Amino acid sequence: MVEFFNNYGSQMMRLIWEHLYISMVALGLGVVVAVPLGILLTRTEKLATGFIGVASILQTIPSLALLALMIPIFGIGRFPAIIALFIYSLLPILRNTYTGMRKVNPDLVDAARGMGMTEFQLIKKVELPQAAPVIMAGIRLSGTYVIAWAALASYIGAGGLGDFIFNGLNLYIPELIIGGTIPVTILALLVDFVLGQVEKKVTPRNQITE
Amino acid sequence: MIEFKNVSKVYEDGTKAVDDISLTINEGEFVVLIGTSGSGKTTTMRMINRMIDSTSGEISIDGTNIKDENAVELRRRIGYVIQQTGLMPHMTVYENIVMVPKLLKWEKEKMRETAERLLDRVDMGTEFLDRYPQELSGGQQQRIGVIRALAANQDIILMDEPFGALDPITRDALQELVKHLQEEMGRTVVFVTHDMDEALKLADKIAIMSEGKIIQYDTPDNILANPANEFVESFLGEDRLQQRSTMQTVDQVMVKKPITVTQDTTLGDAIRVMRDNRVDTLFVTDSDYVLQGVVDFEAINKNRQKAMTVQEIMKYVYYVKSGTLLSSVADKMLKRGYKNIPVVNEDGILEGLVTRASLVDIVYDTIWGDDEEVESIPLEKTELKETE
Repeated sequence: MVEFFNNYGSQMMRLIWEHLYISMVALGLGVVVAVPLGILLTRTEKLATGFIGVASILQTIPSLALLALMIPIFGIGRFPAIIALFIYSLLPILRNTYTGMRKVNPDLVDAARGMGMTEFQLIKKVELPQAAPVIMAGIRLSGTYVIAWAALASYIGAGGLGDFIFNGLNLYIPELIIGGTIPVTILALLVDFVLGQVEKKVTPRNQITE
Repeated sequence: MIEFKNVSKVYEDGTKAVDDISLTINEGEFVVLIGTSGSGKTTTMRMINRMIDSTSGEISIDGTNIKDENAVELRRRIGYVIQQTGLMPHMTVYENIVMVPKLLKWEKEKMRETAERLLDRVDMGTEFLDRYPQELSGGQQQRIGVIRALAANQDIILMDEPFGALDPITRDALQELVKHLQEEMGRTVVFVTHDMDEALKLADKIAIMSEGKIIQYDTPDNILANPANEFVESFLGEDRLQQRSTMQTVDQVMVKKPITVTQDTTLGDAIRVMRDNRVDTLFVTDSDYVLQGVVDFEAINKNRQKAMTVQEIMKYVYYVKSGTLLSSVADKMLKRGYKNIPVVNEDGILEGLVTRASLVDIVYDTIWGDDEEVESIPLEKTELKETE
């Protein structure tokens, strides 16, 4: 154990950082794209099924295949890995945003509109606060997925804890495999915990017990 | 004033939710739209704040076509109360009350003051301001729903079955409260319900709707007294119609066109009118038929030798306005011993006369009128012996 940390400790810290960096950029992009898109889809019902259908299909592509597909388009390295993970993060966030917004009590929407809220005010002051727990659940789910799949990103040269795992596989060094897997798991739990705290923060006080 | 001119709402699939209605709602009036579900009452109401846009016709508020106005701004000056309260669960009572003032960017102190004042009006203390709607009872929630619609001084308030989900006792209390607030604050209320008791209790005017049309639009008294057709009758129900004799107004029983003379009629002419019509009293009017007084046979007889007009000897007379409930008139006639009481319209023009005979008719009708089981007893006649 001590020997492992002596040999690989600094490398591990660098890989954890890389791993986190790739995942969080991908997840951040996912949120920035999927949340507004999900809101937009609630306003254009006809497009909604199509968009969510496409996102579902993208989700079914095996992760390794998707990463491989990135190579002819974007080459190798961090950038294609971030794009692939970003695509993966879309669906849970998009679907939860869409259903969360639609699930908002129609009476509240009616009352808010009837009292003279603009469409933007309605989204910001009523629908988003009401849908926040569901949207956050989608983001948390994407967060843990992205951390786990980011391990595969090393396959296309993006670095991250996947380097340990693949090296361990190639050279048959079980310590390396374990030394890569455990941090990934811990990272995933950590991210989930942090996002859980964020969820509590954005959820309206009265709905926490729901 | 809210005016509907030939307004229709036709949906894309061809269903006519509202079919060519015209309706005038005056300022400060409490108008109840009533009908079965699918009668178009809610659609009619929701067209006022453009939650639904009409497909043809024109709706105007104080002379301005509402389609020329920004829908959002229009809604901010119209209060809106719905059945399920529509209170925002993620906002405190205070935040809910000042929703519209906040949209209108009022100052903080003014919003606070308004919220506290309104809360006091519905008998709730300021301690409620920081609570969340779920912590309140159903009745309390709808109280907040009502004052939220008043908070920005809206002069028109739309209410869509606001008390439908409440228990009868709470509902009763809230009806009282709303009626009271409306009368005191002079707001115009358009209220949708399917509950006739509620309509009769609250309304200045009731619009009965069916299949997108207004079947009858009148005061509760007039609707009870003269249901427009069988549909209205069945909607009112047997019980209420039975009670209507006490709700009857003088207009329904009065003798129309009583005998009158104008002020400048000579006594000689007056006595001739009396003889021709077999009456002993004449009502005196001016040339516009406005009631001035009364002359009776005794007065004319005393002065018959003099060349006078009826104006010089007529006496004042007690009268009632048309629309007065018969019960109150009957009370006066019986207690004070008047033979009859003239009925005038709003301009003072003589319309008719309630006589003691009219009261007898009413009493007869209530006792025997609708009872078909009473058989008419054959009258026996005395036999006259033939005399030779």
